[in-house]
Amino acid sequence: MSPLLEVRKLGVHYVTARGTRVTKAVDEVSFTLEAGETLGIVGESGSGKTTLALSLLRLLPTAARIVGGEVRFEGEDLVAKPERDMRHIRGKRIAMILQDPMASLNPLFTVGDQVAEPLRVHERATRRNAWARAKELLRSVRIPAPEARVKEYPHQMSGGMRQRIVGAIGISCEPRLLIADEPTTSLDLTIQAQYLNLLRELQRAHGLALIFITHNLGIVAKMCDRVAVMYAGRMVESGPVKSIFDHPAHPYTRALLESIPRMGNPRQRLTAIDGQPPDLARLPAGCAFHPRCPDAIDRCRAEAPPESLVAVTHTARCWVAASHQTQRPGARADAVRP
Amino acid sequence: MATPVIEAKNLSKLFPVKGGFFGRGAGVVRAVDDVSFSVMPGQTLGLVGESGCGKTTTAKLVLGLEEPTGGSMRFEGQDLQSMDAAGRRHYRKSVQAVFQDPFASLNPRMRVGAIIAEPLVTNEVLPATEVKKRILHLLELVGLPERAADLFPHEFSGGQRQRIAIARSLALSPRLVVLDEPVSALDVSIRAQILNLLRDLQAQLGLSYLFIAHDLAAVAHMSHTIAVMYLGKIAETGEAAALSQRPKHPYTQALFSAALPSHPDERREEIILPGEVPSPLRPPAGCRFHPRCPHVMPRCATEVPVLKPQESRLVSCHLFD
Repeated sequence: MSPLLEVRKLGVHYVTARGTRVTKAVDEVSFTLEAGETLGIVGESGSGKTTLALSLLRLLPTAARIVGGEVRFEGEDLVAKPERDMRHIRGKRIAMILQDPMASLNPLFTVGDQVAEPLRVHERATRRNAWARAKELLRSVRIPAPEARVKEYPHQMSGGMRQRIVGAIGISCEPRLLIADEPTTSLDLTIQAQYLNLLRELQRAHGLALIFITHNLGIVAKMCDRVAVMYAGRMVESGPVKSIFDHPAHPYTRALLESIPRMGNPRQRLTAIDGQPPDLARLPAGCAFHPRCPDAIDRCRAEAPPESLVAVTHTARCWVAASHQTQRPGARADAVRP
Repeated sequence: MATPVIEAKNLSKLFPVKGGFFGRGAGVVRAVDDVSFSVMPGQTLGLVGESGCGKTTTAKLVLGLEEPTGGSMRFEGQDLQSMDAAGRRHYRKSVQAVFQDPFASLNPRMRVGAIIAEPLVTNEVLPATEVKKRILHLLELVGLPERAADLFPHEFSGGQRQRIAIARSLALSPRLVVLDEPVSALDVSIRAQILNLLRDLQAQLGLSYLFIAHDLAAVAHMSHTIAVMYLGKIAETGEAAALSQRPKHPYTQALFSAALPSHPDERREEIILPGEVPSPLRPPAGCRFHPRCPHVMPRCATEVPVLKPQESRLVSCHLFD
């Protein structure tokens, strides 16, 4: 069976008005996602993770171009689809939750109107039916007293409630895939825990596939089956969560994992990553991480590393990691994609 | 025992809410309500809690940006209220702050050297050469090159800007630095650099920190003592490692169980609290946490619990009476 979503060598560039400058925001990114699976896409600001998410739905700003690759969703290439067809996919088969719920809700419409809207548009539901569904959806995302709340406006709700309403809009047409871009950054800890639990329940109930775009490895550890690490527009490592947390192959992933304070060993010194993330418009030659990499060899400065298998369904773009693999006989034998 | 750098006793800050919008009954927000804590020399007190719990107001009280409504604060043993003008001046120089967003806290029209020197220029009379020397020393302390002094803030990344803000906070050789979410605006790979720098500076200069952050692991990592606040009151306070690993108060337990794991295998008992933090305008009677508490008892709705010693820490909960 083919996967629910298969992204192959996707490239998205930002081009200035005269076409003089090109920024490779997403560069040769490939990954797959099975139905009901959860993928975490981690990266820092400017790593291209949000551009990647937007390009899956073709919601890119005008300066951005998809310059190559495929986004196969349920067997169809979304990159080649006409805009008209995309409208039947957005919000219906693929839904998205953004970081700031206040920015994604319209302050002038009631919550009920906004939750009912996708049902009215995509399923041509009658007003009455759509409202009845909206109340059910609000109940399913744990909004207390949904009968009263449907008639209220976003400003009358707390941040956690607003984000749950955005979640209700997201699942209203029972999509196959939900993309959540930093969905809990604006929420308090206990509210974040509530929300992540809710997403997990919705996922189980509807067999949803989830993509989490986040900079927080904690969310990945808690929620995801697979993780993809982005650095300077490239997917530098991807694989099963446990494999990546236990045996990170790319020095960037390893450094990220080591730089995070852990609850268990307080007051132990953190391993800091020197330097700072590169400017995408002025990327270093070779591997973009080499100026910050403790293991860099000459080859890293000259040539960009290709994706190589380091374990079962676990890939990394790193010359050093790749050479470790070939030195270990037998390691490649089981390293086959399923 | 050493004298605490800062010692707050029964500190309160009430904000009157003007009537009108909520009807005639103009209320008061008890942003900080009967809170006591102390920060020892060279140590870090971590302040955690969710939005509206009063941690920022507490920081403002410590910084002297708000006047307390009640209670007292002592700085190195001296009562702030009875201090004369010179004493207050000395106090304000000794307590400095680093804020969350280094893009907002640095004046874009000033050169970095001038930014760092500003506290010196306004508070002390120094010859220009001495100021210059101090700037270079401060830049070195925070790991920035000398030439940084002649550049503007926009020429630096977020992590470097936060270093500039830290250098400025150290210009007057303070005793206590209030760190209000000092790394949450920074990229993940940069945070460890800044946390390490803060720890090094503490060891080198004997600084005390009041560390405020959402990230519980970062607070546990940085702090010697942690105080957990809920709706203006301290729910639990104690030694950082013990408190973060074996929280006692039901709210602390829920808060730390909501902290994200650092490894996919790390499964801890999840306590999902119902509802949200109530409005501080109308806090619940009795224990303020009781409407969300999984262990609520009848007396919690009527009796206000007080902080009581409980295995090397203070807990404010009727469960331990």
